[in-house]
Amino acid sequence: MIDRAEAGKKETASDCWVRLEIKKKGGIKIDLKSKVKSLYGEAIRTTAEQIMNFFDIENALLLIEDSGSLPFVLTARIEAAVKKIFPQKKKEFLKPFIPQNLYQVKRDRPRRSRLYVPGDQPRLIINAGLYQPDGIILDLEDSVAPAEKESVRFIVRNALREVDFLGAERMVRINQLPLGAKDLEFIVPHGVHTILIPKCEDEETVKDVDTYVQSLRLRNKVKHEVYLMPIIESALGVVNAHKIAAASPNNVALTIGLEDFTADIGVERTLEGKESYLARLQVVLAARAAGIQPIDSVFSDVADEQGLRASSLEAKSLGFEGKGCIHPGQIKVVHEAFAPSETEIERAKKIYLALEKAQKKKSGVVALGSKMVDPPVVKRAERILKLAIQNKQISANWKKEDKDERKD
Amino acid sequence: MKGKINAAGRWVPEKINDKPVIPFRGIGGYVPKGRKAAPPIVSCAKYPRNGNKVVSSLREALKRSGLKKGMTISSHHHFRDGDKVANKVFDIAAEIGVKNLRWFPSASFPCHEPIIEHLESGVIHHIEGSMNGPLGEFCSRGRMRGQGVLRSHGGRYRSVQDGEVHIDIAVIAAPTADPFGNANGLFGKSACGLLGFALADSQYADKVIVVTDNLVPFPCVPWQIHGNYVDYVVVMDEIGDPSKIISGTTQITRSPARLLIAEYVARFIKEAGIMRDGFSFQAGAGGTALAFVNYLKEFMKEANVKARFVRGGSTKYLVELLEEGLTDYILDGQTFDLDGIRSMRENLNHVNTSPFTSYNYHGKGNFASMVDAVVLGATEIDVNFNANVVTHSDGMLLHGIGGWQDCLLSKCSILAVPSFRDRIPVIVDRVTTLCGPGELIDVVVTEKGIAVNPRRKDLLKALKGSSLPIRSVREIKEEVEKICGGAPAPPEVDKKHVVAAVQWVDGTIIDVVYKVID
Repeated sequence: MIDRAEAGKKETASDCWVRLEIKKKGGIKIDLKSKVKSLYGEAIRTTAEQIMNFFDIENALLLIEDSGSLPFVLTARIEAAVKKIFPQKKKEFLKPFIPQNLYQVKRDRPRRSRLYVPGDQPRLIINAGLYQPDGIILDLEDSVAPAEKESVRFIVRNALREVDFLGAERMVRINQLPLGAKDLEFIVPHGVHTILIPKCEDEETVKDVDTYVQSLRLRNKVKHEVYLMPIIESALGVVNAHKIAAASPNNVALTIGLEDFTADIGVERTLEGKESYLARLQVVLAARAAGIQPIDSVFSDVADEQGLRASSLEAKSLGFEGKGCIHPGQIKVVHEAFAPSETEIERAKKIYLALEKAQKKKSGVVALGSKMVDPPVVKRAERILKLAIQNKQISANWKKEDKDERKD
Repeated sequence: MKGKINAAGRWVPEKINDKPVIPFRGIGGYVPKGRKAAPPIVSCAKYPRNGNKVVSSLREALKRSGLKKGMTISSHHHFRDGDKVANKVFDIAAEIGVKNLRWFPSASFPCHEPIIEHLESGVIHHIEGSMNGPLGEFCSRGRMRGQGVLRSHGGRYRSVQDGEVHIDIAVIAAPTADPFGNANGLFGKSACGLLGFALADSQYADKVIVVTDNLVPFPCVPWQIHGNYVDYVVVMDEIGDPSKIISGTTQITRSPARLLIAEYVARFIKEAGIMRDGFSFQAGAGGTALAFVNYLKEFMKEANVKARFVRGGSTKYLVELLEEGLTDYILDGQTFDLDGIRSMRENLNHVNTSPFTSYNYHGKGNFASMVDAVVLGATEIDVNFNANVVTHSDGMLLHGIGGWQDCLLSKCSILAVPSFRDRIPVIVDRVTTLCGPGELIDVVVTEKGIAVNPRRKDLLKALKGSSLPIRSVREIKEEVEKICGGAPAPPEVDKKHVVAAVQWVDGTIIDVVYKVID
């Protein structure tokens, strides 16, 4: 058995570093260095002692170098160190879910923007909800160094329970299986809404994840659905896109990761994206065919707002419903780009009114003037109106307001 | 130690540095009478008729100025963290063997860390002026012989004008000067824009030394400092580090949370109806303040609104407003970057101001109270909108007041702050050090919402129906305390050991800073 372990980061704002050394005698000794020592020193000690007590550790030296970490980070770091020494200890040091986070999301909710946040950067997690992305992805995969993969899970788990996501969809990108299976244990029981499966190449991967998610749901009595969003990042994935999209009823969206995809096919990723045009279209078609949302890749140049806008508008024109964001500053631009145009909204309103008229007459045929409107078009109109309401482009009460306006 | 509770509920000792002080009496509550201080009568007959006041060295100038123990030596902070003159002055004093000096800077910076040596050796008895960084920490630990006195920029001018502080020797670092002593900050390798913080010093000190690294033949125009006040002119190789004179403060923040705060500030100014044709605002040079200007600029363009004047701390962002016709004037108190300096040099509508015009309590009015909105920072704010700008929550003195207190007199003072820093909540039950009374603080903008002082019913009314997240200050405080795991413990300080006094703009004592215990 090892008798000492470390976790966390030194000199990183809003984080802390801990080292736990198990001793034979002498009780619990806590050696604390903290930039908030005079303000929260006692609170930190109390928390540390609670955790030692919780895990039945009686003799230990616990070194803490704290750079202003919030309680959910401090506890995660200490627990990570404990579990490195005692992997057999199964119980978890959990705080209750904060009441603000008890909300659930619908499978067809808008997913215009999803903000990637590295799971081991608490400083970025804390405020992610403020920028009002549709979804926040706590990333366990590529943005986390291999050595950190294990202890970052505790941060992500605690964040799911204790950080206010302010209405955003709580997403986690897991690692590829088998590492990803362990990730699932840390997120499925703790309020994750949607799981992003990276580097999906076949339907089996999705099914494996799904099966494990369902068994974890059962075991942990998780009542709400847990959705899946496979990410296609290779030529093989693109070829199998439809199978992947249709692999589980819990799939809600399909997306593509262009950095890895372009590397896989052996080309440079360009701004125009000619090299990935077909692949992106394929993802749109596969997702639509499976009845789920097609979502575009991220735009990686954070400074290029014009480029992001153009890329988002292009994505929209190809049929995507959203785009990944790697910086909060991108969210607004993406939302604006995916917002329906005025012409689209006006036309959607007309179709919607025609639909109501048809329903009143108990007729199955929706008609605009002399032209018949097909069901998919009606559906699209409904989606546009929903989005427009969400974007506050029109009021939820637009029918009545439009009527009043006509009276004026 | 005897003392009493002032009008803001803070305990104030009877004396600071063995001199009796007046406790804060409320805003506008202290109106002294009598006549202003005056410098000694001098006669031009005693000065060189050819106008050449150049002496061989700073040491020579200080000697001729009669440098001796117990004197008050002043300097300005237009060079910010790039100043090379103040340290030099006290090095010379140490060499000569002069002790017990009082340093009266308009602010100090981390570059003044070497001053600590002179404080320890007794060359300097104490500092009266903003103490940033290492000097603030030195003072907080109770290591300074005397007590610090913190004044706002306006308060400093006032203290000179009413005789509270008598400057024996003013040492004015000047980017360009002529042998007569006319000086400005517009030209030369150490250009810093203007020299307003040295104005009182030049007018009221017994002796005035101008130190320059760019001596030009008479006349040096414009003369921001009048040579007629100057006793000696000294030429040095290098009076400042240009890269530090104009650095650090002029980048727009990249922190998404701070950008969000800045956007809220701009939207607030727009939606509260403050942004209208002919309005005015002041923005400092912090990252958030600069970002808010950029957001507001877009709103002004959209609404086709033009400001009558903006007050700086000028930076390229304010200069852009001027050059794009979005404001008629910049009234500039200090210049932060090269664009600001260039603009002040070239554009008649970029006007240099001083603490006299902008802030002085003994003036017949001043500009600060005429500004429609001012955006400032703070280290702590309490539930009654009282704010702290000099100490951190752990009690450590780490910032100066600057023009902060003076600006609170504007028509709408806005504090733009994150709701917590690392684990430390910014909104608290009681601020560690009171610097600004809540009745003057109208709005607190955080990333978690905007709290409007309930006194400002007009603003609350104007914001009805706004989509801005208007919340009560208590609500934000409670949310943040939950995130941070409770309210912080009070800082550990020695209540028997006052290390510094914080004056209100009128010279009364609003609060004191205590020694921090580790």
